[in-house]
Amino acid sequence: MELNQLTIHALRDRLRAGETTAVAAAESVFARIDAVEEKIHAYISLVRDEALKTAVDADRRIQNGDQSDLCGIPVALKDILCTQGFKTTCGSHILHNFVPPYDATVVTALKQAGAVLVGKTNMDEFAMGSSTETSWFGVTRNPWDPDRIPGGSSGGSAAAVAADECIASLGTDTGGSIRQPASLCGVVGMKPTYGRVSRFGLIAFASSLDQIGPFTKDVEDCAIMMNTICAYDPKDSTSVKVDVPDYKSFLNKDIVGWTVGIPQEYFQAGIDPEVLAAVKKATAVVEAAGARCVEVTLPHTDYCVAVYYIVATAEASSNLARYDGVKFGHRAENARDLLKMYKKTRSEGFGAEVKRRIMLGTYALSSGYYDAYYKKASQVRARVKEDFDNAFRQCDVILTPTSPTPAFKLGEKTDDPLQMYLSDIYTISANLAGIPGISVPCGFSTRGLPIGVQFLAGHFAEGKLLRIAHVYEQCAAIEKRRPAL
Amino acid sequence: MKINKEEVDHVAHLSRLEFSEEEVEKFTLQMDKILSYIDKLNQVNTTGVEPMTHAIPTANAFREDIVTPSLTDDAALVNGPEIRDGSFRVPKVIE
Repeated sequence: MELNQLTIHALRDRLRAGETTAVAAAESVFARIDAVEEKIHAYISLVRDEALKTAVDADRRIQNGDQSDLCGIPVALKDILCTQGFKTTCGSHILHNFVPPYDATVVTALKQAGAVLVGKTNMDEFAMGSSTETSWFGVTRNPWDPDRIPGGSSGGSAAAVAADECIASLGTDTGGSIRQPASLCGVVGMKPTYGRVSRFGLIAFASSLDQIGPFTKDVEDCAIMMNTICAYDPKDSTSVKVDVPDYKSFLNKDIVGWTVGIPQEYFQAGIDPEVLAAVKKATAVVEAAGARCVEVTLPHTDYCVAVYYIVATAEASSNLARYDGVKFGHRAENARDLLKMYKKTRSEGFGAEVKRRIMLGTYALSSGYYDAYYKKASQVRARVKEDFDNAFRQCDVILTPTSPTPAFKLGEKTDDPLQMYLSDIYTISANLAGIPGISVPCGFSTRGLPIGVQFLAGHFAEGKLLRIAHVYEQCAAIEKRRPAL
Repeated sequence: MKINKEEVDHVAHLSRLEFSEEEVEKFTLQMDKILSYIDKLNQVNTTGVEPMTHAIPTANAFREDIVTPSLTDDAALVNGPEIRDGSFRVPKVIE
């Protein structure tokens, strides 16, 4: 196997044993990028020279006995995370020239761990989309079928891991933007509990929903990434002071006697028959591993998409007010006065989906409509959270499909925003309730497209998710395939 | 119709965005469709339900009022489209 194909833990073992070097690993990743990037377009920008320098440092650290799991590991970052001195665009024309003067807290954590940052991955503009088709820098293609989307909004981060263009990556999840592309690209993706990972230096989309999380090639790697990125951060006022366990301690345990909730609402009309079959099979696997599956009910599931598209757009309309052409980013030329400058700058700088969401959010917050939309949505959101509270009284974790269908075709849903929104139907609820979720590969469709199963748990119970996901991964032993590129 | 062209124009102004006639027509239809879908929220009885504005319980995050290292003026200004004398320059505000 080539170095770029390895998991974090396998590469770490080889580095520590002196069988290879971080420089060789970085070179292997860049050789892969050179070979397949034209077909995939997972990256917006690469930081090749800097990466090789970091790799040299990492090799020195390893020689001196550094025990960090990530030392010398090539990692990619969604281009929504600020990197000091390196362009951070958020997939938007309005930030096409933005070079942050500071690092996001998660970037600092990765650097301190000795990770080698390879590049910044493609994404839907401002993370608004489910297919990575709204990026100003062009679409990312699914490594399993280049005529199909990789999912979104963190499509570049998912595709880069699936195509072995990095070892692991970070993305962000506001309504499913880690779990859905992980499912569609056949990798592991986790959205941690809201407040678990610092959002300092994450370009804001919907502040009550956004959360950073990892994409990895297996569950053990997910635990390793979580150990590095989870921490209380005084720079993020929503960061929570809760002890962070060693996530690796949840691996290689059993789930005997666990209760797994199956919400009937997630198995109704609209789900692809092959997805349904694969997820049913996953249910049988966890039962065979000693868990008991019980039916639970999440009665407000059907309202989640509607709640989300009010809450998320309202918050976005406020967060995106800062892009006014004054302090950073694109500014329109030849505007006579300030108001014209604002309007021209924003109209030139934002793409159609971002404008649509700003408009929807502004409308929902505007005088006379606030109670009917924003207040109502926030009340239904409370009911959604109650549903989960009730369900977790009856079960340890919940098992659902991650996405109703495997990857769809490029362009298939771009003209119908509502259809696009509905592709996040199984992932949005976790963001509304603030709970963690993980998507793990659970099979392939007859066309050879990956399918994912999602596990959900209560606040700060990521350990439970890693434990069941690891048991599932070991027991299901899903055939190891690599996309033919 | 949930929303008409005049309202879309008004919201565009509030959003500091401008659209062509054609775009306004397209947006009106798309927003109307989305708002009609969102109407389903009215099926939920929310009498007496406290609106949920945070995903987890939060309190104000206070810290001691101590100066800590922060960006230099130069670093803070470096991304500005137009800079003059340590300030961001903008077009005329008052006629």
